[in-house]
Parts: sequence; structure tokens; C-alpha cells
Amino acid sequence: MLAKRIIPCLDVRDGLVVKGVQFRNHEIIGDIVPLAKRYAAEGADELVFYDITASSDERVVDKSWVARVAEVINIPFAVAGGIKSVDQAREILSMGADKISINTPALRDPDLINRMVDEFGQQCIVIGIDSFYNETSGHYEVHQFTGDEKRSGKTAWHTSDWVQEVISRGAGEIVLNCMNQDGVRQGYDVAQLKAIREQCSVPLIASGGAGALEHFVDVFHQANVDGALAASVFHKGIIDMDELKASLADNGIIIRR
Amino acid sequence: MKLVIVNTGVANLASVNFAFKRLGVEAVVSADPDIIRSASHVVLPGVGTASAAMRSLTELQLIDVLRELTQPVLGICLGMQMLTNSSSEQYSQQSSNHMGDAPLPCLGVIDTQVERLQNKDNLPLPHMGWNATEVTDHPLFKGFASEQPYFYYVHTYAAPAERHCIARCEYTQPFAAAIAQGNFMGVQFHPERSGDAGARVLQNFLEITC
Repeated sequence: MLAKRIIPCLDVRDGLVVKGVQFRNHEIIGDIVPLAKRYAAEGADELVFYDITASSDERVVDKSWVARVAEVINIPFAVAGGIKSVDQAREILSMGADKISINTPALRDPDLINRMVDEFGQQCIVIGIDSFYNETSGHYEVHQFTGDEKRSGKTAWHTSDWVQEVISRGAGEIVLNCMNQDGVRQGYDVAQLKAIREQCSVPLIASGGAGALEHFVDVFHQANVDGALAASVFHKGIIDMDELKASLADNGIIIRR
Repeated sequence: MKLVIVNTGVANLASVNFAFKRLGVEAVVSADPDIIRSASHVVLPGVGTASAAMRSLTELQLIDVLRELTQPVLGICLGMQMLTNSSSEQYSQQSSNHMGDAPLPCLGVIDTQVERLQNKDNLPLPHMGWNATEVTDHPLFKGFASEQPYFYYVHTYAAPAERHCIARCEYTQPFAAAIAQGNFMGVQFHPERSGDAGARVLQNFLEITC
């Protein structure tokens, strides 16, 4: 049976892993290579590196760390943040990344998804979606530029429509970041993920809200997502990978041990 | 030992190259027929679509070179699929120039063929992630004993778990996780991204002599 995936996400700025609160006051956690190695050794099924340098700056960003990561780890990894063109994607994939994840640039130019899929194949094109539940309208709305507080805001897309749009353009996987839950560690947005799961024909990864072991159990049991992404619970040592995987296995969830 | 990774021009070679480096082996990345022929071991990687990869091998005039190799050859993912007789992945998903129903001819050194995985139970495709794999006693899987190792897969097309199948996996249907015929071997999963289990498969490959 296909195992459910546990995916730690590392924020990268200028080649270092950082941690911030609401994208501010970044604190350096450490060098990217030893941290990536540690997560791989601990049993992470995949890693995501979110380059926050790239998402809010226009300047050319040094991506040489991608090759240094590819050299040492033997599990798949994706690079997210600031990839706006087929050429930028090619550079990152040629350095050894397995997937690239695009978010705002896909909203600005949806055809970018088609061009990337045609060039590199469906399997390495991941679409990140930042979805916010608007209590006033009662809709889940897609937001863009969420890495940059000056430009961030909602788009005209309802989340379920954008999911269908990116799938029809060939996206190979979707990471759904539920903004209302993000950073508060009160659990994944199971209701939203379950609704999207039912209409999503490609792998779906839950993001935003993990704070305890049972949140992972819940999101796999109730929303049947393919993977669960989390950042702070791993960085802060709140959740131990081994314990998490043991707990998932005890709850009847197929997991790689 | 002279390991050559075939530079198909379309595949992502870095991760395969790094995986052998971690085993202490420096590979030569090349599309030169003489260098490929002189290798002790040849790896055919592959990412992308079968039609793009076959077109690239044709342009590089490598079709016959690869077919005539007698040393151990390992195809990875799409590289494995190219070793078979044919692939039904004949046109790009996005383009509309449907060429009819004839499958795309491949290298034909392993007598099987590649078809799209069936849709079943609303399971998402591509088949992406770590899956338990039933291995045989083929030298490629030396040392796995009775365990079912997890390997990392990313694919939508596969060979059936029938002729020349040396490892078996299941997702929407049973399919070949690995195939072999004579000196030609192929794995559907990505050993370069499959942790310690994948590294062991690559090490086993390097220890095979034909």
C-alpha cells in the first residue's frame, strides 16, 4: 500500500534556514544542509524548502544551496518560492530538486502551469494554494503574495474552482495551505481538506495547523490526504518523527517506518 | 568499474549522479556512443515523457548503441519504460496532436510493454510516494531477505507484473516495480530518492557482472 507522507517544510533565506512569526522577525535556525540531512535521517518522507528570499524580492536569488541539498539527502524534495519562469524551474530541477512548487506566479499567469508541465512533466509540478475562509462571504478564497504583507491579498478565485483549474492545466500535486489555521497549531482544516479531497484527482497535501500528534491522525483519517506538511512542530521539537510515525501506525495509517 | 550515466538531454541527471557519489562512485555523464560502449555499467535515467525521451535518443543516434550493449544496464523510471517494447504514453498531455492508437516503439530489449495505470476507486494519479514493494531474489534485490522495502515512486504509466517482472508493487492495480531480461534491468521507482533501501539497489547494481 502507498504510504502517507510526512513532509517537514523549511523556510530558507539567503541559504540559511530561518523561522519567523507571520513572516517577520526572522531568526536563523541554522545551515540548510545539516538540517536537511537530519530530517532525512529521522524518517521524513519528503522535504519542502520554501525560499522566502525569493518570494518578496525581485533580485536574482542564489540557489546554489539546492545542489548542496541534493548531494547529501536521499529522499525527494521540492523547492518553493519565487519560481516564475520555465528557465528558473529548469535551473532548480537541474541542480537536483525533484519538484518545484509554484503559487502566486501561477495565479498571475495560469498558462505557466501548462508550459512547465509540457517542459518537465506533470510529476514535478506542484501547485501551492493559500486558501482563506472568509466568514462574511462563507467562501474559501485563494490569496496571493502571502509571503509579502505589503502585497498579499485575496484573488477572485474560490478555492475549489482554482483547484479544478490547476488540475486541468496538468498540475501533478496540490499543497493546500489553510491560512486560518496557519501558525496556530490547533489542527489541520479537516473540513476544507475533505471537501477538496473529494474533487481532487491528483495527490493532495495538507498544510497549516499541525500542533500535535492527533492532528496528523485526524487529517489522514478524516480528510484522506496523501501527505501532511508541517514546519514549527518539527523545528521546535514539539513532535518527534519516530513517535509520530509510531502513533500513525498504531492508528492503522500506512506509513513508511 | 566505469559507470556511465546516459545523458539523454531531457532527464534530470543530478540526483542520480549524486546518489552514486554517495556510494563513492564517480560516474561519467555522456551521450558519446564510444564512452557508453566502453562502460562497465550503464544507467539510463529518465524524467519527462516517453515520446520526448525516445526523440532525444533518436537524435543522439543512441538507439542501436543502447540495444547492442552487453554490460549491465539499469533504466530508472522512464528509463526503465524505454527498455520495453513500447509505451502507450505517446503524446504530451497538453498537446492535441493525437497520433492514433498505436503505442510508441521503445528500445525493445525487455520483452514487455508500458501502459497507463487504470483509474480505480478515485485514487489520485500520478502514483506518487513511498510504496511497499515485493522483491524477488534477483541480484538487484540482494540483501532484502523477506522484508518488503519501501521505495519512492512518481509515475502514471507502468509495465504489467507479468513477463520479466522481478519486483512487484500495487497501486490501482498490480504492476512491475522492476523488470529484467539478460543484462538489461529497470526499476520503476527512484532508487536515488528511496533512502537506504534505494541506495542498496544501486550498490547491488554496481556489483552485478554480465
